[in-house]
Amino acid sequence: MRPFTYVRPTDEASALSFAVQPGARFVAGGTNLVDNMRLDVERPRVLVDIGSLPLTGIEDRADGLTVGALVRNSDLAEHPLVTSRFPALAQALLAGASPQLRNAATVGGNLLQRTRCPYFRDPASACNKRVPGSGCAAMDGFNRSHAVLGTSSSCIAAHPSDMDVALVALDATVHIRGPQGARAIPAADLHVVPGDRPDVETVMRAGELITHVVLPDTPFAAHSTYLKVRDRASFAFALASAAVALDVQGGVIRSARIALGGVGTKPWRSHEAEGALVGKAPSRALFATAARAALQDARPRKYNAFKVELAQRTIVRALSTVGGVT
Amino acid sequence: MNDRRIGPPLDRVDGRAKVLGQATYSAEVPAGSVAYGVIVGATISRGRVTAIDASEANAVPGVLAVLTHENAPRLPGAAEKKENARVVQLLQDASVAYDGQPVALVVADSLEAAQHAAALVRPTFEEEHAESRIEPVAGTAFVPKPSGPRPSSDSHRGDFDRAYEAADVRVAQRYTMPIENHNPMEPHATLAVWQGPDRLALYDATQWVFGVQQRAAQIFGIPPDNVRVVTKFVGGAFGCKGSAWSHVFLAAMGAKVTGRPVKLVLTRQQMFQSVGYRPQLVQEIALGARHDGTLVAVKHDVLSQTSRFDEFMEPAAYATRMLYACDNVRTSHRLVRIDASTPTFMRAPGESSGSYALESAMDELSYALGVDPLALRIKNYAERDLEEDKPYSSKTLRTCYEQGATRFGWTKRKRTPRATREGRMLVGWGMATATYPAHQNPASALARLQPDGTVLVQSGTMDIGTGTYTVMTQLAAEALGLPVERVRFELGDTTQPHAPIEAGSGTVSSVGSAVTTVATKLRDAVRTAASAEPTPDVYTSVARRGPIEVRHDEKEKDDRKRFSCHSFGAQFAEVRVDEDFGTVRVTRVVGAFAAGRILNAKTARSQLLGGMVWGIGMALLENTVRDEHSARVVTKDLADYHVPVHADVPDLEVIMVPDDDPHVNAIGAKGIGEIGLVGMGAAIANAVYHATGKRVRDLPITPEKLL
Repeated sequence: MRPFTYVRPTDEASALSFAVQPGARFVAGGTNLVDNMRLDVERPRVLVDIGSLPLTGIEDRADGLTVGALVRNSDLAEHPLVTSRFPALAQALLAGASPQLRNAATVGGNLLQRTRCPYFRDPASACNKRVPGSGCAAMDGFNRSHAVLGTSSSCIAAHPSDMDVALVALDATVHIRGPQGARAIPAADLHVVPGDRPDVETVMRAGELITHVVLPDTPFAAHSTYLKVRDRASFAFALASAAVALDVQGGVIRSARIALGGVGTKPWRSHEAEGALVGKAPSRALFATAARAALQDARPRKYNAFKVELAQRTIVRALSTVGGVT
Repeated sequence: MNDRRIGPPLDRVDGRAKVLGQATYSAEVPAGSVAYGVIVGATISRGRVTAIDASEANAVPGVLAVLTHENAPRLPGAAEKKENARVVQLLQDASVAYDGQPVALVVADSLEAAQHAAALVRPTFEEEHAESRIEPVAGTAFVPKPSGPRPSSDSHRGDFDRAYEAADVRVAQRYTMPIENHNPMEPHATLAVWQGPDRLALYDATQWVFGVQQRAAQIFGIPPDNVRVVTKFVGGAFGCKGSAWSHVFLAAMGAKVTGRPVKLVLTRQQMFQSVGYRPQLVQEIALGARHDGTLVAVKHDVLSQTSRFDEFMEPAAYATRMLYACDNVRTSHRLVRIDASTPTFMRAPGESSGSYALESAMDELSYALGVDPLALRIKNYAERDLEEDKPYSSKTLRTCYEQGATRFGWTKRKRTPRATREGRMLVGWGMATATYPAHQNPASALARLQPDGTVLVQSGTMDIGTGTYTVMTQLAAEALGLPVERVRFELGDTTQPHAPIEAGSGTVSSVGSAVTTVATKLRDAVRTAASAEPTPDVYTSVARRGPIEVRHDEKEKDDRKRFSCHSFGAQFAEVRVDEDFGTVRVTRVVGAFAAGRILNAKTARSQLLGGMVWGIGMALLENTVRDEHSARVVTKDLADYHVPVHADVPDLEVIMVPDDDPHVNAIGAKGIGEIGLVGMGAAIANAVYHATGKRVRDLPITPEKLL
C-alpha cells in the first residue's frame, strides 16, 4: 500500500470539492477499494471518506423507493419494503459476499466495485483495464470466472456484482451529483462494455458521486427473483446468475426483465430474451427459447465455455420460479 | 465407570486465553525497537534478475535496508541441502526458480514504510519458458531419492501382470488432482532478535522449534545452542509450517544487517507461492478381481511434481500396499520437475490423495462386479499387513465399517446410480476406507514438583490447534494422580526437552508417551520421598521440602517393530447434485474411526471433524491454478481458492470406535490429526457417481464437470 491523504467531509459540497483533487477516490465501506489498495492495484492519492454524509435513508416516495448510496447491503436486504416489493433485490443482496461484508458494503460502493479477474488483481500481470495497452493475460490464461457477453479483444473481465443485476432487472435509476450538477442514469446504462477502453467502466465523470438509487413501482417488480449458481453454497462470486421479473396477466406475459450476472462484462440486461417472452404464455419451452436468445452472442474462452449452457439453465430455472412453471 | 479408551472431553486448557486474545502468537510477541520486514517476490517463474533498482525504495522515510542479491550478506550454509529441510532462497544469487521467490527484503521502522518501499523496488527479469504442470513434461519422470521413514518409491509382491491378465473383472483408470494449499488462518510469521553477534532468538510460526533451530544454526554458521526458537501458539499449520522456509532466515538476515529485531509476516498471496503445497498428482490404478469379488491384482502408479531445485514426493501409493488382502500388488512413485516452489507435507500427505484414487477405483470395481461397495471392502479385509508381513498392532476397521454403515443407513442404499431424486436434485451415497500410519518418534519431557504442590511438565513440542496443551495436561495428571488444575504443561521452546516435529499425527504417540512416563517417574519419586502413596495432599507436603525434577527420554517402543501400526476408519457421504447446474452439496457424512486410545473425546472429535471438512474441500473446491504460460499462481487469495464455508458443511457425525492397542506405544494412542480427511475425497466422489451416473476422475468436482 502506498501513502495517501485521508479526509472525512461531513457535507456533500465539501466531499465534491475534495473529489476534484488529482487521484481522489470516494470510499464508503471500503470492502473493495481497500482490498485493492493492499494489492497495489488501486493507488489513490486522496481518500474521501463519505461515511458521514447523510445518504443513509430508505424512503418510499412518489417516484419509487429511494435508497441512499450509503445504505448498507444488509440493511437494504432486510428492509420490509424491499422484501415485499422487490424480492429479487433482497435475494441478490443476500446472495452476495458474507454477513460481515454486507454489514460494511454500501449501495454506491457495490455499484462501483471492480472486477475479480485475478490478472486485474495482480499488478505484475498484463491487464488492459489496470494499465491500458498492457495486454490481457486472461484471454489465453485461466479464464474460468470470466465473461462471455460484452467482451472485446481487450478485456473479458466479468462484472462481479449481484445487487446491480437485480437493480438492472428492476429498472432502477442511479442518481449522481458532480461538479456539473445532478443527473440520473438507468442502472442498465451505468456501466459500459470494455471495447478498446476497458479502463473506462462507467459513464460517470471524474468527481461525480452516487447519491441514491430509485426503484420504481412496476407491474413486474413484485414478481421477481434472483438465482445465483456458484461453486460453494455461500461466499462465492457467481458462475452465472439471473435476475428475472415477469408481469403475467390472463396467462400472457405482458412485460419481462432478464438480467444476468457472472457472465457479462457489465450487469447484463438481455433485451433479446425479454423480447422472446412478451405476448406469449409462460412455458418451459418458451423460457428455453428466451434463454437461448440471451446467450446467442456469447463468446466463450477456453475455461468458461460451460457458462453459456449454465447461464441458460439459470435463466430457465429463475423464469420457471416466477412464472409458476415446473 | 468411563471407558478408559475414550478419554474425558476436557475443555481446552488454552481455550480461555485464545478467546480473550491473551494467547500470544508469533507475530504478536513484543520486542523493543522492532523493525518490519517485507519480501519482494519474483514475478516470473524461471529466469534471472538482470537488474534491480532500489533507489526509490531506499528514499522512503523510515527504510533501514533494502537487501537484494547484490548486497545481501553471503551465507555459505544457505545452499547446503539438509535431510528433512527445504532448500531456501536467501538472496544469494540472481537466479529465479519460482513465482514469488524472494528477490529483495525491505526493512523499515514501520510496516507501512516497508510495504510502501517494497512496492517501489524495481527488479528487471530475464524470463525463460516455465512449466506449470505435469502433463507436458510427463516424459521426464524420474525415480525419487529415498527419504522419510518408508523410503521405497516402488514396491511389488506376487506377480501383478499375470494376476491382472487372469482376472475375471478388470478396472484401470487415471485419477488426477490439482495443487492444493494449506491456508492456515495464521500466516507464517517470524520475529528475529540477535542477542549478540552469534546468538539468535526466533519467535516463529512453526510446527518444530528444533527443526528451525538446527537449520538457522547451519545457515548462519553458529552453534545450535546459540539459537533459541520459541513458539507458544500456532494458528493452524497442516504441514506448511513443518519446514523452515526462506522468510525465517531473511528475517534473521534483516535483523543482523539493521541491528534491530525484525518482524516479518507473509501475506496470503505469498503463502500460495512459497511455503509449500500438496503437489499436482496423476495416479493410475489397475484392479483385477474374481467374479466373487476377491481382489487378485492391484497396481498403483503415482506421478507428482517437485521443484527444479529440491525433492518432495507425495507418498500416495503407500497405503495401497497394505490396505487390502491381495497377493499381487505393485506400486510406483515418479516425479517431474516444474517451475514452482517445492511442495511439502499437507494434511495426510499421500494417504488422502492416494485414497482418492484407490477408493474411487474400488468403487468402480464394485459396479463392474455388481457388488455393494462396502461388501467389496469387507470381502478383501486384510487381517495382517501383507506388505510388511506383520500383524497389525490393532485393527478395528471391521467395527468401523459396521458402526458407520449402521449409523448412515447404508443397507437402504439403492444399487443403481441416478435412482434417488428429490425435485431437480439427484441424491447419491458413497463410502471409502480411511487409514493413516501410527508414527512414533523419540521425545523427551521433564516434570517438576513445584513448591506450591503443582506440577510443571515440559516438552518442546507444539500445539498447532490440535489440543496438545490439553491432552498432555490430561496425560500428566492421570499418571500423577492429580487433578488437571494442578498440572501445567509447557511447550514450544528449544530450551525445553527435545521433541519431534508436530506432524504426521505423531505428537500424542511420541510426546504423550514421554509425558506419561516422566509423570509416572515423578510420582514414583514422590512416593519414595513420602514413603506413602502419592495423594494430592502427599504432593503438597512433599513439595514443601523442596522441588523434585525428573526427566525422561522416550524411545520408540521395541514391541512396535513386530507390528504394522495404523489407524483405520470408514467414511460414508451423501451428496445432493443439482441436475441442471452440476452443483454438488454434501448433505450428510458419517465417519467411524478406530485410532487406539482417544485421550480427549472433545479435542479428538474436533480433529476428526476438521479432517472431514478438509475432505469436502479436496473433493469439491480446492484448486491452486498456475497460469499455463507464466506458471505463476493465479488463485492466490481465499476468494479465488475456495475452502468450505459453514454453508458447505452439513452435520458431520463422528464415531470413535474403541480400539485397544497394547503394542503401538506406552499409552495406546495412535493419533487422529489426519485420518478424518483420508477417505473423504473418494467417499464424496463415489457419492457423486451414485447420484449422477457420472464418474469424475479429476478433482475438484466443479459444476462444469457435471453439466
